[in-house]
Amino acid sequence: MAAEEKFDVIVVGAGLAGSTAAYVLAKEGLQVLLIERGRQAGAKNMTGGIIYSRVVHEVFPNFWEEAPVERAITSYNIVFLGENSAVTLNLKAPGLGKPPYNAFSVLRAKFDRWIAGKAEEAGATLVTGVTVDELVMENGKVKGIKSGSDELLADVVIDAEGAKSLLVEKAGLRGDFKPEDVSVGVKELIELPEETVNERFNVGGGEGASYTLVGYTKGVAGGGFLYTNKASISLGIVARIDMLVEKQVKVHELIEDYKVHPFISKLIEGGNVAEYSAQIIHEGGIAQVPRLYSDGFLAAGSSACLLINNLFTLRGMDLAVASGAAAARAVLKAKERNDFSASSLSAYESLLREAFILTDMEAFRRTPSLLNNRRFFTVYPDLACSVMEELFSVNPAPSEKAFKVVRRHMKGKAGLLDVLRDLLGVYRAL
Amino acid sequence: MEIIVCAKYALDVAEIKIDPSGKPLLDGVPRRVSDIDKNAMEAAVNIKEKQGGTIKVVCFGPASAKEGLKELLAMGADEAYLVEDPSGGMLDTAATVEALAAAIQKIGSFDLILCGEATTDGYTGQVGPRLAGKLGIPQITYARNLNVEGNSVTAERDLEDAYETVKAPTPVLVSVTREINVPRIPSLMAILKASKKPMTIWKLEDLGLSKEKLEQVSTLQTVDLQGFAVERKRVVIKDKPVEEAVQELVSYLMKEKALGV
Repeated sequence: MAAEEKFDVIVVGAGLAGSTAAYVLAKEGLQVLLIERGRQAGAKNMTGGIIYSRVVHEVFPNFWEEAPVERAITSYNIVFLGENSAVTLNLKAPGLGKPPYNAFSVLRAKFDRWIAGKAEEAGATLVTGVTVDELVMENGKVKGIKSGSDELLADVVIDAEGAKSLLVEKAGLRGDFKPEDVSVGVKELIELPEETVNERFNVGGGEGASYTLVGYTKGVAGGGFLYTNKASISLGIVARIDMLVEKQVKVHELIEDYKVHPFISKLIEGGNVAEYSAQIIHEGGIAQVPRLYSDGFLAAGSSACLLINNLFTLRGMDLAVASGAAAARAVLKAKERNDFSASSLSAYESLLREAFILTDMEAFRRTPSLLNNRRFFTVYPDLACSVMEELFSVNPAPSEKAFKVVRRHMKGKAGLLDVLRDLLGVYRAL
Repeated sequence: MEIIVCAKYALDVAEIKIDPSGKPLLDGVPRRVSDIDKNAMEAAVNIKEKQGGTIKVVCFGPASAKEGLKELLAMGADEAYLVEDPSGGMLDTAATVEALAAAIQKIGSFDLILCGEATTDGYTGQVGPRLAGKLGIPQITYARNLNVEGNSVTAERDLEDAYETVKAPTPVLVSVTREINVPRIPSLMAILKASKKPMTIWKLEDLGLSKEKLEQVSTLQTVDLQGFAVERKRVVIKDKPVEEAVQELVSYLMKEKALGV
């Protein structure tokens, strides 16, 4: 079918990256088509997670006043899970609960609808329930998209399909994924009354807590998270697919284990599991980021594997917003020259640097390899728990000094040299 | 052939939750075009594709029904009309029929009105027949097959244990079953085109009606609404050879009368 209308830009995927790109472009008066395969924006999105606020604030000033955010996160926790105990590192920072805030928990089904709505308000055309199957290519240049038998042309296609993007592959920017490049995340949304969440997590007034969970994963590289929403909890785990295969562990077993761990079971007690979902995540860091653009084509957000895991924070959503905005600005510059070639669109990369996305990813380029070190999720969490348990227990027996206790617990699990080497690794990576 | 399709922007029943006391929680439940109304639209588009003509879709519902109407325009309707319901869905089928009839009279001429046999939320199955009565035209209900020839329509009615073939002159109202067709999923181009098709929004006053008038004819009151949750059976057959496990599964399903034998 021939196109009756021509768009300047076609954006594929109405998630954070896609809707932001469409919003920025439409605001500047470009004809933008935003295509979403779900019945509505957010319909396919399982994420209940943390969005870091400052970057989003730059594109959507004071977004928290109108966007459906759940809670402003003021309590940050890292929890090392042992067999029956847990060691927690807690930061309580009420200052982070004031504008411009640090982070919010969000439920993406709602948040994505809001942000897609902003793109529509700005003048973008949002079409839902449509899947983009192919790119229209001409001499290696991207000229538009195909959906079923329909073809639609545009100056630029911005791919924001997400972690499973096929278009990036079709545009020739990367090959197929290997198992070690890919993690799988599963999440349960557990409903609890708002007051119960407030009491259990010792938060109130729209504030909330986030937990990074380390250990208790049957030796599989990965970690968990727990975030408080208004009247629910997002509990999830992210695990490397190659290690799940190697250890013959199913990821849902890991989350079931979590749910009966004494530290977690108390937090979710009496809750009602309202949703269960799974998602692919790329934790490979900068090494995994494909080429970000070609002639007439840009990749943003998870399509471009933009994710930073520095062991403390897992950042993806703010990178999606920032990269969507950067992609849009690169297109605007290209539009001024009316040149949409790869070299013209290469401004995207420098804009991503200016937004500190690529620079941050480069700074943390060693963290993904930390995840290859099994001691971090097998030995150390247990060690932390058993040592602390012994140090705090008072017995009618002669006491040992702390360091001796540590050495005794390390025996057979990790040598002193290993620990020193690992500490150096952490120092370099972080 | 001038066709009018009536459609409801119904509650998405799959999204309704039930509170511990058994009360369905209806606040904030998302809406969608009632499934069988999409069958009616597909039937209309099939007729238009064969013989030409126009398709107008009429809806009595909340302002948000515009989203549903866009979908029906993308399926192939030429024009959409929304009569805004100021009551928040509290009126009965008599009032719905008043509103739809007034809208159809204002639209003017038509040869065929198509409805779903019932809506997927209320499932009264009354609107089609009552509308035919109000407009004083013949009606054919439960059509699983529909043919238009000249100034008459022939339909096969689904009577569960028999099919009845009937014929009526136009103008006529036909209500269709789910079996009549598989509604199409609109393509990208169809959706883009639909955004340029006309959509008219009427207030009741535009049709010489008012909320008060409709409340007068709406005499049916919902006294109670009770939901019930179907518990999972939680039967797991495991650690058995495949043949044995299948046998056990089959006999369990037969005991539960789940296999229809």
